[in-house]
Amino acid sequence: MKLPPFEYASPRTLQEATTLLSKHNGDARPIAGGQSLLPLMAFRLAAPSLLVDLANIPGLDRIEIRDDGVHVGALTRWCQIEADRRLTAAHPLLSEAVKHIAHYQIRNRGTIGGSLAHADPAAEMPALAITCGAEITIAGAKVSRVLAAKDFITGPLETALEPGEVITSIRFPKWRSHRRWAFQEFSKRRGDFALGGVALHFDEDAQGHASEVHIGVFGTGDTPGRLSAAEEFVRGKKVDAGLAQAAGNIARSAVRVASDMHAGAAYRQALIGTLIERALVEAASRAIEE
Amino acid sequence: MATAKKGNRLIGAPVERVEDLRFLRGKGNYVDDQSLPNQVYAAILRSSVPHGRIRGIDKSEALKMPGVHAVITAADIGGEVPVIPIRLQPLPEVFPLRQPVIAVDRVRYVGEPVAVVIADTPGLAEDALEFVEVDIEPLPVVASRKTSATDASLLFPEYKTNLAKKFTGLKGDAAAAFEGAHYIKKQRLSVQRHMALPMEPRGLLADWRKDIKRLTVYGAGKVLFFNRRAVAQMLGLEENSVELVENDIGGGFGARGEFYPEDFLIPFSSYSLGRPVKWNEDRRENLSAMNHAREMEAEYEIACDADGTIRGIRGHVDVDNGAYIRSNGLTPPRNVAQFTTGPYRIPNIHIDVSVRLTNKTPCGTYRAPGRFEGSFFIERMIEIAARDLGLDPVEMRRKNLVTVDEMPYPMATMQHIDPYTDTECDSGNFHITFDRCLKEFGWDEKVKLQGRNIDGRYHGVAAGCFIEGGAAGPRESARLKLESDGTISVFVGSSAVGQGLETVMGQIAADMLAVPFERVRVFHGSTSYVREGFGSYHSRSTVMGGSAILLASAPFKEKLCKAAARRLNVSEQEITLIDERAVAPNGASIEWKALASDDISAEESFTNTKHTYAYGAHCCHVAVDPGTGHVEVLDYVTVEDVGKIINPLTLHGQVIGAIVQGLGSTFMEHLIYNEDGQLLTGSLADYVVPLADDYPVIRGITLDDYPSPNNPLGAKGAGEGGIIAVGGVASNAVANALSSLQVEIEELPLTPPAVWASIEKQRLVEGTKN
Ligand SMILES: Cc1cc2nc3c(=O)[nH]c(=O)nc-3n(C[C@H](O)[C@H](O)[C@H](O)COP(=O)(O)OP(=O)(O)OC[C@H]3O[C@@H](n4cnc5c(N)ncnc54)[C@H](O)[C@@H]3O)c2cc1C
Repeated sequence: MKLPPFEYASPRTLQEATTLLSKHNGDARPIAGGQSLLPLMAFRLAAPSLLVDLANIPGLDRIEIRDDGVHVGALTRWCQIEADRRLTAAHPLLSEAVKHIAHYQIRNRGTIGGSLAHADPAAEMPALAITCGAEITIAGAKVSRVLAAKDFITGPLETALEPGEVITSIRFPKWRSHRRWAFQEFSKRRGDFALGGVALHFDEDAQGHASEVHIGVFGTGDTPGRLSAAEEFVRGKKVDAGLAQAAGNIARSAVRVASDMHAGAAYRQALIGTLIERALVEAASRAIEE
Repeated sequence: MATAKKGNRLIGAPVERVEDLRFLRGKGNYVDDQSLPNQVYAAILRSSVPHGRIRGIDKSEALKMPGVHAVITAADIGGEVPVIPIRLQPLPEVFPLRQPVIAVDRVRYVGEPVAVVIADTPGLAEDALEFVEVDIEPLPVVASRKTSATDASLLFPEYKTNLAKKFTGLKGDAAAAFEGAHYIKKQRLSVQRHMALPMEPRGLLADWRKDIKRLTVYGAGKVLFFNRRAVAQMLGLEENSVELVENDIGGGFGARGEFYPEDFLIPFSSYSLGRPVKWNEDRRENLSAMNHAREMEAEYEIACDADGTIRGIRGHVDVDNGAYIRSNGLTPPRNVAQFTTGPYRIPNIHIDVSVRLTNKTPCGTYRAPGRFEGSFFIERMIEIAARDLGLDPVEMRRKNLVTVDEMPYPMATMQHIDPYTDTECDSGNFHITFDRCLKEFGWDEKVKLQGRNIDGRYHGVAAGCFIEGGAAGPRESARLKLESDGTISVFVGSSAVGQGLETVMGQIAADMLAVPFERVRVFHGSTSYVREGFGSYHSRSTVMGGSAILLASAPFKEKLCKAAARRLNVSEQEITLIDERAVAPNGASIEWKALASDDISAEESFTNTKHTYAYGAHCCHVAVDPGTGHVEVLDYVTVEDVGKIINPLTLHGQVIGAIVQGLGSTFMEHLIYNEDGQLLTGSLADYVVPLADDYPVIRGITLDDYPSPNNPLGAKGAGEGGIIAVGGVASNAVANALSSLQVEIEELPLTPPAVWASIEKQRLVEGTKN
């Protein structure tokens, strides 16, 4: 498995990068951490004529906490997110989710932008971005645009990115205080892509009833997405073990799954039900600092 | 001659592996680290069609590419295309099923070599593969044992059947034993196709030097002498003009080092181009090109008395052996017939084994071939019988374990011509290792958790026993030589596949000669070192090579004494050898070093027709999450008696590594084919093996209470025992954990979806009852 031949460029500015990419009529690809693209090339499932390395473009790897939420630069590596202590308060779900991604070595190189652009249906970040209602900022050679994560991911390994476009940052909307959350996934071995996973958060009103319920699942089918049947069921109710179980059952029959050699559809449906039940129990029982 | 008074105590000591520093510092010297001036690279075009007739191969486009030197196909071999020789169980009736070293007019599995491209760089060679046009007319695919058995589509039409061979293991009178038995249970059990998967894929560097008529092949391993003979014959060369060299090897486990198509194709390429040719397998190739293993299904019946005494076992094992019979492809099916019953006293046995051909990668041995599978079958059968009879499974095993008074204890006999048709457990007390294992494990406490649901997970424990065959004959040789700097060179015919051979052989030699460990240097892995050698398989290196060193040490010392006697003017009987000096009665002495000019060397070989049988027990504690199907191994303990421990450290490493492999076999590893004969698990993302953090709690204890009577060391082969009982014991623990749910475990691997499905199946059954 050796890489097919390709040209390599290492521009210093975003403008240069997008210009190079658009000149190659879709045959050029940006490369960030290389943890998804290089395996594809080694298997000769991708053979771009030009790789445009984004690594030397300054300013794309910052995590900023602002009034409107957490802004994460596209070139931010998993290990940076994992190590950023501010995020445990500013976005605990993001902090937690990243721990489940791959292995130590891969988290040292893999980037958030690369993961979103790769759009693996079993990956954590696309699911988290959709669940949290994140926005993705994209720069083209001429114009920039902002897309909601749910409109950005269009299929398995498919996104709304046009040739020549580059993700520059992701914004996770501001995290409410006292918000309840949980992240649960199951894979054959730690660090593997998930056989199924759940990210969820909700707020509670004065009576302890759930509002703003966001439940996202991944590893199930072609794309990650929110599970509205389960969200509607939980909304306005008090989350306890009984409700969690019922929500799990609803999710199990509502979720759309595909089967592959690693797990059949029935397993994946049941797994999502189990994980949602466990996640709701975990979220409800987590001590919230006053 | 008198021997040294104060001898060494290296045998039995935890000597650190001499290999380790080299490996840990990244200074290992693997075949991919070898290069020669003027070398070119090979890439192999492999069939993507599982079964078909080759209509034509067009290499013109590839040959036009700059940097491409040659494209070699069957037509270029000239004359008859050679076949891979059968090394173990070379039964003439299966000779028509041997694999040609390159597909001639038919392809029979995905991954079968069709052409070799030679180019200036490995990348170019791989690029050029895409430009070789192969036109294959597809034939109906035989992708399972079931399809194979119908003979509707034949892999070898002239052989008239896909049933390659039948083996039978017999003892007593099974039919009579089943007659009127109190308890009879029929059970289907199966093991999935998986493989040895050494971390270092294969590689070869072949160098044909026409001027001196000499072929050197780097990257050999395991069975150098056999492979040298094979490649010399195929190329029409004298055996002594071919040298096979073993470099450091990143794991063998039975698969690495056997004769594969590339072991001919790469030397042949060098031979025809007159240049060194290098080839390194990538992981995707490795998964379809290296021997697969273990795909077997048993339908067994067990007959017992009410008190759990086993009267007999009979039944049939169906083996999916892939497309050809390769060098050791008959060993696993043969072994399952003879060794299913393991350490248990089962007086009446009738096991038939059918070896079937399918359009999949051919199979071969993988650490404990046929024994892992057989142990899974028998341990499940006993556990099920104990449950049905209302007996304690530990007591039932105790009752049926062969006792020390029954030694030597004969296994089932094989109904074909085979040097080990009759074989017997040589020595030991199976009850001691079993009891010790239960005690170390804390059985009496842990069994209280049996089947209980604690915090949402079901706990289960199980125990089982095994025997491990080792020390295959016929011979192994060793040569000791005194060097001018006073060090002693030890040349052995065994091979190192990562098992610590240099260390262990060094310990034995140093002890025999009563010299410090550092004074001995072990040389292995070249067909030039000793006259013959049989290699590293069947846990034989320590016993066979070590015994040869022991034998060679006597004439070596005699020569030392003779030479010293001449110099010191005394008779040779008066010389004492001590501290690397030869001492005369009057106190005059001479350093060994000073005698080196007298050519002090001795070569001996150890011949053996009897196997050794190490033995032991395993205990396992698991927790099963019914929601995900995940099984956590909370504790795993093994106790094994190996006759004589040479090095407890290397042995411990063997044991722990083997158990991890066994747990991988039980819970993870699976080579998955679809109905069309395509291999779906094409990378290590899909072929799932244990990682460092998967099975952290494994404890191994080794004893040497019962030496083997069959060799002067008393040692028994001990490289495989760790893996043998894992499938049976770990799956019994899972079955016991889920006993309240009436779950039946019949198939490996117990992946999370498989465990979940077995629970779900019972839930549905219960649901329909209510
Ligand atoms: C063994 C292994 C296990 C893994 N396990 C997991 C896992 O459990 N979960 C998980 O989520 N991931 C996993 N990964 C993938 C890993 O997280 C990748 O790092 C990530 O998916 C891609 O990030 P990258 O920076 O490496 O992207 P690259 O590989 O460099 O690029 C991936 C794709 O994104 C494009 N791209 C990169 N950056 C941009 C950008 N800024 N704008 C537009 N397009 C861009 C590239 O052109 C390419 O198409 C695993 C990888 C490996 C090798």
